[in-house]
Amino acid sequence: MEWFDNGWGLSLVVFVPLVGALALLLVPRKDEETAKWLALLTATVSLFFAVVAAFRFDYGDAGALQLGTKLDWIPAIGSDYEIGIDGISLPLLVLSAAVVVLAIVYSWDHWPEPHNPKGFLALMLFLATGMAGTFVAQDLVLFFIFFELVLLPMYFMIGIWGDKSKIKLPGFDREVETRLYASIKFFLFTLFGSAFMLLGFLALRLHPDSGTFSIPELADLGAAGTFTGTFAFLVFGALFLGFAVKVPMWPLHTWLPDAHTAAPTVGSVLLAAILLKLGSYGFIRIAIPILPEEAKAWAPAIAILAVIAIIYGSLACLAQTDMKRLIAFSSVGHMGFVMLGIATLTPVGITAAVIGMVAHGVITGMLFFLAGSMQHRYHTREMSRLGGNLKLMPILGGMLGFTAMASLGLPGLAGFWGEFMALLGSYQPLDGLNLGVFRTAMVVGAIGTVLTAGYLLWMLQKVNLGEPKEEWEGHEFHDVDRYEMAAWVPLLISIVAIGVYPKIVTGAANDAVQALMDKAF
Amino acid sequence: MFDYHALAPDFIVAGTVLAVLGADLFLPQSRKWLGAVVGILGLTLALIPVVTLAASDDQVRSMLDGSYVVDDFALVLKVFFILTGYVVLLMSVAYIEGDRYYQGEYYFLVLASLLGGMVMASSRDLLSLFVGLELVSGPAFLLAGWRKADARSNEAALKFFVIGVLSAAILAYGMSLVYGMTGSLNFEDIRAASASVAEEPVFVLGILLVLVGFGFKVSAVPFHFWAPDTYEGAPTPVTAYLSVGSKAAGFVGILLVSYIAFAGAPDIWGPALWILAALSMIVGNLVALRQENIVRLLAYSSIAHAGFMLVPFAVAGLVEGESLAQAFEATVSYVLIYGIMNLGAFAVVIAGARRTGSGQIKDWAGLGTYAPGIGILVTIFFFSLAGIPPLAGWYAKFVMFLAVLQNANGWTVALAAIAAVNAVIALYYYARVVQSVWMDPAPAELHPEPAPAGVAPSLVLAFGILAVAVVVVGVYPEAIGRFAEAASAIAGG
Repeated sequence: MEWFDNGWGLSLVVFVPLVGALALLLVPRKDEETAKWLALLTATVSLFFAVVAAFRFDYGDAGALQLGTKLDWIPAIGSDYEIGIDGISLPLLVLSAAVVVLAIVYSWDHWPEPHNPKGFLALMLFLATGMAGTFVAQDLVLFFIFFELVLLPMYFMIGIWGDKSKIKLPGFDREVETRLYASIKFFLFTLFGSAFMLLGFLALRLHPDSGTFSIPELADLGAAGTFTGTFAFLVFGALFLGFAVKVPMWPLHTWLPDAHTAAPTVGSVLLAAILLKLGSYGFIRIAIPILPEEAKAWAPAIAILAVIAIIYGSLACLAQTDMKRLIAFSSVGHMGFVMLGIATLTPVGITAAVIGMVAHGVITGMLFFLAGSMQHRYHTREMSRLGGNLKLMPILGGMLGFTAMASLGLPGLAGFWGEFMALLGSYQPLDGLNLGVFRTAMVVGAIGTVLTAGYLLWMLQKVNLGEPKEEWEGHEFHDVDRYEMAAWVPLLISIVAIGVYPKIVTGAANDAVQALMDKAF
Repeated sequence: MFDYHALAPDFIVAGTVLAVLGADLFLPQSRKWLGAVVGILGLTLALIPVVTLAASDDQVRSMLDGSYVVDDFALVLKVFFILTGYVVLLMSVAYIEGDRYYQGEYYFLVLASLLGGMVMASSRDLLSLFVGLELVSGPAFLLAGWRKADARSNEAALKFFVIGVLSAAILAYGMSLVYGMTGSLNFEDIRAASASVAEEPVFVLGILLVLVGFGFKVSAVPFHFWAPDTYEGAPTPVTAYLSVGSKAAGFVGILLVSYIAFAGAPDIWGPALWILAALSMIVGNLVALRQENIVRLLAYSSIAHAGFMLVPFAVAGLVEGESLAQAFEATVSYVLIYGIMNLGAFAVVIAGARRTGSGQIKDWAGLGTYAPGIGILVTIFFFSLAGIPPLAGWYAKFVMFLAVLQNANGWTVALAAIAAVNAVIALYYYARVVQSVWMDPAPAELHPEPAPAGVAPSLVLAFGILAVAVVVVGVYPEAIGRFAEAASAIAGG
């Protein structure tokens, strides 16, 4: 297994889906079965290697980069193919590989219009490569490439298979289709952020004492206090723009509700479960270790924006009539907790962020699956027309209730730890941070948890409980089918597993976060 | 005095130019396309001495008292022009055949213009540079008016000609002022003499007029207004050539005069090019947003790209040595990569316009559903122009940013920020074409009926070369970076 530990294993996790995507292009369009099996096979192989990586990983040394390599890539600009994982990337890597497999299983019998499984699956596999690559990249240029690689497939997924209903934009005469508006908005917002992020990366490389794109080397330099003054302030600002758009943090979040709502079910799942994490992961992996002093200076501002997001997300949820849009706004709130944890700059807070990211991935991913399947059956997402779902479809309704409970942070389920630990962390943030701001943030965040419970229960009450509306009388509803079952049961199990035994995530992440913090501060 | 080994590539292409013209006399009308084959064979032959020159120990071969030099820069650019010629010929064959007139002359003109670019790459004095540039431009005027029955094509040629002559006059005037002040046409001598005259207003005026002359050639704002009309009116393969070969020739000129001849006065051309870069990016991108015609859209996009290519110049006055070479390398990399992807974009416009019978963005709706191959190519080339990884364009923008941020002060950071915002704006109009192709519904009745025969084999070959190049360079940028690095040895050395 020597070869596996020398970077080959991680490279396989990342590039097997890409090979699958290219192979898919050769499959004739009519031959859907081959396309599906090929996609499933490559995604599963990728997941298999990710799991092997999890077993080969040395948990005793989770703070160190493992299973990686460093090869020449673009000597002209001094960039290397440098990869590796530590305890923070590992859970996210496994999560992303797993969610792709589940998304393919779910898609098996649920193709959004205009059908074309071949194209859809190829995009999904491209996406898989971009997501996994971002979590293993240890070179800024490589990170940037993978970070951007997810844009194209998601743009096409939303734009081609997305919501075809028309919306009227303020200030324009014509109506446009939601998918067209949402896809380009998603693309432009993210590109705007990442253009500035790239400038920040280049500035780090061009600093007279640096001369490298390597993230670990830059983190060493950052810990030694190399980057200071206006330079550091501007660079952190540039990185902040790039990552904050992706998270997304209030007030840069406006692309998210549109993109999530317009995307086809699988697109929403991948967006919520993985893509949003690329932003918060960037904070933990790049912004904080390389610019620790600036992170301290920006932390109160990030904390304030995070609690605004929590409150704003919850209130916005209460104003929604569209179920999928409600879930989308709930992401704004939940990512607010993740960012609050990060802002504390304490091991507790950042571990909270990591577990919060994983938990949000499985829970909100699951909610989007459910919302998609309900739309598939009811042909509407309007909550006023739904109701009594539990009577019409007991299994699906039960799952919805269970996942909503997990989402509102019920102890014993996955969602609890991220919220709880983030609030705990903000009671006692890193020495030197303004206690008043963080304790206020804690109180406001706690109110946010109540609001979160409020809107999720409100949604359950409208959708799940009560009597079915008259218009559904006489309709036969097909409860959860076997593909849905196959895709969802693993998610439900992991919600419980992480809830009762959070060490699945923190076992690796805790030491890594501790090591990262010890080095930076 | 003459090093025939060093001159071999230029001589072979010159011989090919004549061979194509000669062959045309004997080819029957139905076999005129063989002229392109002769041209391609000649270009291939010209690559052989380029390779042996690159492999030889003599790094720099200097002739005519240093007026004509074959070094790594010259070789890289000669290969670029030769390969551009390859692709343009491949794109032209099927396109020109439809017109049934003067095919032989067409190939002759394309090759003659290319030869001018190859000469420029070796020029190290103002006179040979000027002659090379005129050799590029002269045939291009004729090519732009190729569609003699088409009023737009006539307009294109006339506009191009008038502006071309005007810019040549301005350039020659500027050169004469520089000559008058420094007493030499040779770049090295001008560099040596410029220290004593750098403060002289006439010398400054000379430099600025030279830049204006080249500014027309690369269609930088505010010298760009001829480009959209000429690009739209000219036959599409010619437009592809104008926007790549002719523009690259202009950049060869700007690079050589700025970094070598006027190396002693970067505080004059640095700020001037800062302004041209910023204006070109902003105006090019904003006007492109409003275009409905794909060729016009690409015309404005090529103006904006000229701005991106000029960005590294803005930093050149602030750095020296290694960093100066880095700025030079950035522009060379950008020109090479831009050439690949822009040729690809025009090739796909030829295929798409043939398939849909229109060059309007809205008429390409649903093209991806009934012609997925063309759809995928549109996606590759247009998003590469937008700079989306993992397509080649990202590396061009990347080295551009890297070069300009090398010496961070208020001006360079501001220019980098302008470039970053423009990179985002540009995505919007490239994405509009892609959106039309993949996301808008196909019209109920496809025009023209019946669907024309597939894409011509020569065009398929061009697509193959360009698409592979765009992806390979995007994933492994060292494929271009290595050559750009070698070419930049002449700057800051």
